[in-house]
Amino acid sequence: MNLSFTEEQEILRKSAKDFLASKFPKTKVKELEESDKGYSTEIWKEMSDLGWMGLFIPEKYGGVGMTFLDQALLMEEMGKVCMPGPYFSTMILGAFPILDFGTEEQKNKYLPEIANGRRIFTMALTDLNGKIAANAIDTKATASGNGWVIKGTKMFVSDAHVADYLLCVAKTSDTSEPEKGLSIFIVDGKDKGITRTLLNAMANRLCEVKLDNVVVSKENILGQLNDGWGMIKQIFNRIVVAKCCEMLGMSQQMLDMTVQYAKDRKQFDRAIGSFQIIQHYCADIFTLVEGMRLGTYQAAWKLSEGLDCMKEIAIARSWAVEATERIIGPAHQVHGAMGSAIEYDLHYYTRYLKASELTLRSADFYPEVLAQTIY
Amino acid sequence: MDFHVTKEQEEFRKQVSDFLKEELKQGLWKPTIDAWIMAYDPAFTKRVAAKNWIGLTWPKEYGGQGRSAIDRLILTEEMLRYGAPAACHWFADRQIGGSILKYGTEQQKRELLPQIIKGEMYVGLGMSEPEAGSDLASLKTQAIKQGDYYIVNGQKTWTSGGTYMNYLYLLARTDLNVPKHRGLTEFIIPKNLEGITTRPIHDITGNEAWNEVFFENVKVHKDCLIGKENEGWRQVMEQLAFERSGMERLMANYPVIEGITQFVRETKFNGKTLSQDPLIRDKLVNLKVEFEIGRLFMYRVAMVIDEGRSPEWEASMSKAYSTTFEQRLAAVALEILGLYGQLAPESKWVKLDGLAYHSYLSSKGYSLQAGTTEVLKNILAIRKLGLPA
Repeated sequence: MNLSFTEEQEILRKSAKDFLASKFPKTKVKELEESDKGYSTEIWKEMSDLGWMGLFIPEKYGGVGMTFLDQALLMEEMGKVCMPGPYFSTMILGAFPILDFGTEEQKNKYLPEIANGRRIFTMALTDLNGKIAANAIDTKATASGNGWVIKGTKMFVSDAHVADYLLCVAKTSDTSEPEKGLSIFIVDGKDKGITRTLLNAMANRLCEVKLDNVVVSKENILGQLNDGWGMIKQIFNRIVVAKCCEMLGMSQQMLDMTVQYAKDRKQFDRAIGSFQIIQHYCADIFTLVEGMRLGTYQAAWKLSEGLDCMKEIAIARSWAVEATERIIGPAHQVHGAMGSAIEYDLHYYTRYLKASELTLRSADFYPEVLAQTIY
Repeated sequence: MDFHVTKEQEEFRKQVSDFLKEELKQGLWKPTIDAWIMAYDPAFTKRVAAKNWIGLTWPKEYGGQGRSAIDRLILTEEMLRYGAPAACHWFADRQIGGSILKYGTEQQKRELLPQIIKGEMYVGLGMSEPEAGSDLASLKTQAIKQGDYYIVNGQKTWTSGGTYMNYLYLLARTDLNVPKHRGLTEFIIPKNLEGITTRPIHDITGNEAWNEVFFENVKVHKDCLIGKENEGWRQVMEQLAFERSGMERLMANYPVIEGITQFVRETKFNGKTLSQDPLIRDKLVNLKVEFEIGRLFMYRVAMVIDEGRSPEWEASMSKAYSTTFEQRLAAVALEILGLYGQLAPESKWVKLDGLAYHSYLSSKGYSLQAGTTEVLKNILAIRKLGLPA
């Protein structure tokens, strides 16, 4: 049992930290948040040159061939700067599902294009009801000729406005067991019948995607027909761990900012960090962050090693969602009114962290996983 | 990174667990909560010693096994899981042996460590005093040097296991003319010295949990001094990190977890077991998450010890966190038991043998023993996060 990083991981963490700090000062994050695309194609290219677009993609598909744990550690660093853009979408919602479930042909077609930074992917999972469950998918795909026709409205699709491809989840069979009637389609974002509308969301770019009789060939079914829910659960395992990693980075940064503010800010002729109540707020945040670190690393390591880890992922998720509010609250309290000012940086972390929490909360089937281990 | 223990460690866990199951089968003792501090059983301690499980991490040259802190954590985790009566040797094994190893003379190591390892030396802790709790350094018990002896006068309190302990760890003031942190010295003394008397303190559960210990002109030989004279404060800080480091801060109430889980599985209302009630399910899942994160905190402390570092902030964090968890566990267990929660261990109709009741009352002390939660948070804030004192 040990918690140390390999030399390679240390190098990745260090170089990522330096690169991200130089590329994403908050002035840049602000600029990107206000831009149409929401990300910088130049920095995207640089990240691609660093190998980040193919970090975990095997070399035979044009990637670097590192592990999911390496990817997870990189996500933690990205969380520290609140990096905007479609990186999470492309990697976790696009590349991983294709790598995990795609046919050899699909992998050869899409993965090299992702690895070289030329394609942006996302996943259209949730419907108007906003729930993550097998029986929550209303979007329908109907067999027609040599392919399928998809009709429905997808919600909260991250970065759909810039995505080249969407992995779209649709109902393909009207069975009484909804788990056995879902499929995932690889849909070209420019296909006829697709309308993408950007929503005005707290942090990340989220879209409504309307699919009005979009025609998809049967070669574009990811994995097995009607096996969508089985895949989604596995895809969600990666989503949860990667989100937890981002949240860990954000939370650590929030702690660091809070401690620094407590040291610098003077009232009653002394640093407010000398007051015990402020010290205890900081100690509480610290404890929550460390719990998040251990829970997240445990899940990331197990997932990366290919071990059975539903329980560990459920623990990491539950901890992260419960900790979020208990971190944000005291962090703001210590910062005083300044924490709410748009000119000060704390709000980035408040918004991105809270948005991540809400994303994870949507996967509310995880607590039942834990309940099953108890009873 | 690796979150698995080794095969040998898994095997070791099984050995310990098999041993304890066999003991239970033979009816040698009953599982209790707080067993590590309340359940004194010299015969059990001797049987554990016969397995070479006391002083597990100490060097072989002094009779130890030279094993890792993770190994010891596994051992204690199993002891606590079964609520085994390990209180006689717990303190000496957890923190006193380590102090002797680090600061003791060669002679002390050769004399004292084997006694602990054989399961014959039970050490009570003489730190707190009526006027020195969180402000431990303000303690007043004096040890004044006279020739080859120190003459000890004063009073200690909250000393565990008064009747069973045959040795005392004593932190006393040896220099009255320097600032309070600088004049303290550590001793390990036989408890049968003339002039030592004890008076039991009963806790909220009715147990004889602690003792006051009075010293009246007690002659302590200078060979009982551990480490350097007047260096006691620095030395005890490290000992306290070990005192706070253990699994007992998380798992002392494990039988309550098992008991309440069993209870909700078996108890029916309106044709359904309580375990099917979503509100109860939610409560137990939350406890599970908190428990598992606490366990990770504990294993990290052991990893830090194995790296050769004193787990000062890590142990402060894990102790403050885990005692909060145990208090919540007890409260949730009582809440689920409802009206039955108020029935004491010997009462007719009591559920869970009264473990949850006992746990609830006992747990109020957890966040005070071995460093209050407030002191531990101060350590995190000031010594680790660098906030101004």
